[in-house]
Amino acid sequence: MKFVKALGALAVIGAMSLSGAAYAQEKIKIGVSYPTPTHAWAAGMNWHAEAAAERLEALYPDIDIILVNSPDPSAQASALEDLVSVNQIDALVILPFESEPLTDPVLNVKKSGAFITVVDRGLSQPGIEDIYVAGNNPELGRVSAEYMKTRLKSGDNIVILRGIPTVIDTERFDAFMAEIEGSGINVLDHKHANWNRDDGFEVMQDFLSRFPDIDAVWAQDDDIAIGVVAALKQAGRDGDGMFVVGGAGMKETIKGIMDGETLIPIDVLYPPAMLATAMDVTVAKFKSNGPVAGRYILGATVITKENAESFYFPDSPF
Amino acid sequence: MSDSAPSGESKTRMPHFDIKIMGPAIALVLLCILGYVLNPAFVSEGNITNLLTRSSFIGIIAVGATFVITAGGIDLSVGSMAAVIAGIMIIVMNSAVGTFGTGVTTVLIGAGCSVILGLGAGWINGFLTTKGKIEAFIVTLGTMGIYRSLVTYFADGGTLSLDFAIRGTYRPIYYDSFAGLPVPVWMFILVSAVGWILLNRTAFGRYCMAIGSNEAVAKYSAINVDRIKTMTYVIQGLCVSLATIIYVPRLGSASSSTGVLWELEAIAAVIIGGTVLKGGYGRVGGTILGALILTTIGNILNFTDLISNYLNGTMQGLIIIIAVWLQRGEWGRSKRIKKAE
Repeated sequence: MKFVKALGALAVIGAMSLSGAAYAQEKIKIGVSYPTPTHAWAAGMNWHAEAAAERLEALYPDIDIILVNSPDPSAQASALEDLVSVNQIDALVILPFESEPLTDPVLNVKKSGAFITVVDRGLSQPGIEDIYVAGNNPELGRVSAEYMKTRLKSGDNIVILRGIPTVIDTERFDAFMAEIEGSGINVLDHKHANWNRDDGFEVMQDFLSRFPDIDAVWAQDDDIAIGVVAALKQAGRDGDGMFVVGGAGMKETIKGIMDGETLIPIDVLYPPAMLATAMDVTVAKFKSNGPVAGRYILGATVITKENAESFYFPDSPF
Repeated sequence: MSDSAPSGESKTRMPHFDIKIMGPAIALVLLCILGYVLNPAFVSEGNITNLLTRSSFIGIIAVGATFVITAGGIDLSVGSMAAVIAGIMIIVMNSAVGTFGTGVTTVLIGAGCSVILGLGAGWINGFLTTKGKIEAFIVTLGTMGIYRSLVTYFADGGTLSLDFAIRGTYRPIYYDSFAGLPVPVWMFILVSAVGWILLNRTAFGRYCMAIGSNEAVAKYSAINVDRIKTMTYVIQGLCVSLATIIYVPRLGSASSSTGVLWELEAIAAVIIGGTVLKGGYGRVGGTILGALILTTIGNILNFTDLISNYLNGTMQGLIIIIAVWLQRGEWGRSKRIKKAE
């Protein structure tokens, strides 16, 4: 009996709070859903998103941003249902865990009338999202190769350390190879180092034992690059104009570039702030006088000593 | 006690012809020949040193796992345990810099902290399996998840980095050599030697095998089963902490991707080495070869572009299965019986 009473009480409270929510309906509610960060880049993304939420809510008192992260695709689908039924969101910013399993859940959110912004990973059906914000993987590969071409001449040798075998890695790699083709630069070999420092260290050690003449390394990622640099220093082959190009925009790497590090002279950005950018654009939809829609593809900016300062966030975990 | 491990008995009688004993060694020699044929640089001094140093992480952990598995247990938490110990070590050392400076004291504090954590984490696994009466698989699956998420939490989802000021003091532990061999290799040799003596020349080792082959009989033989089993997990924890002490100075960082799948590599090394997964018979010598085989496979795959990168897992799987088949296959047994006649 007690239990039933408690349930009844809960229901009453629930109804009251729901009607309370209805009164406060003038507030524009934006739900932001993304995977729980499990690696450094995602932790940086989380940090930027939290900072953006704070800044936007301070700027616009009538904007309410709800950040939800989920550990797996089905949890993210449930989180979307809650955002619609409990929070009654007006707009959704989502970085989907995986495209396939989240396409239908996002479609359901759209049916509730919410404005949809999809980040980084596209859905498997076109036309659901109002805004698409993403980094540019092929461009990251192409820009890296372009830099290699400015530093190396025909006949020079490079090795490549790739990420985890996924579409992201393949897009970056293919674009790099397409750009390097015809330059006369030899790609000695490419192995997967799984965007991981330890694997970067071990793969690079083996490349160094195997190839006596390496002029540059494309590590594709800043974590791999850290392992590569440790291996180069161990083998004493970090001199002679040797250089490593990573990618992503880790704060330690950017700090090194600011300080004039020659071993990692540049970095290619895969912006960890992309979720924050998407939130800005989504808020602009409600606040801007201009129309906001379409695809926002963020550039794979080359970070050099000159512009490094504007990409350096010492408080971010990444 | 030795009656409970008859297969071990028969092995020691004719070590020279026993394919079961020689299996891992043969597999390693074949791998090395393959490596040399693919690329002569494989046998360069630099590469051999790299290989041995790299093997020492998994090797040291696997020596501990030999005890756990011999006594009929399993520990899935070692990879996560290494990650969380590395993370806490880094946090402790970074905060000790202010008080104790960047000298040896801080590194010793870090190492001491690692040993305490290792012993403690091992004891928790042991206590929950014996006194808690939960299957080792479940206990260590649970602690595996706990430790992994703790390191993610401590690192705020990112990476914990050792203060650059201490790196200079701590770096030699991984990168320096003593009498021609890198320090981690010496540590591996030391752990292996102590492990071998403990398993083969002490009552504790015989108790482990007895418990692994038949726990009930061991109990009736007045062996303190719970205590011995807990001890195996404590030894495992100590081995993890020693491996972590030599791991941290390599890159000076720990993140949620540290030590991923080390548990499976350690278990694979133990089984390749001839220890029986269901317990009762263990070989530290084999475990060492198993760890070397696993590292050599990865090394050889990096030395050739004959095989597609996407098939690395296939090659590793095949070689592991072949290495175990060399010592378990029926053909080996029939040959042995003939020779015995």
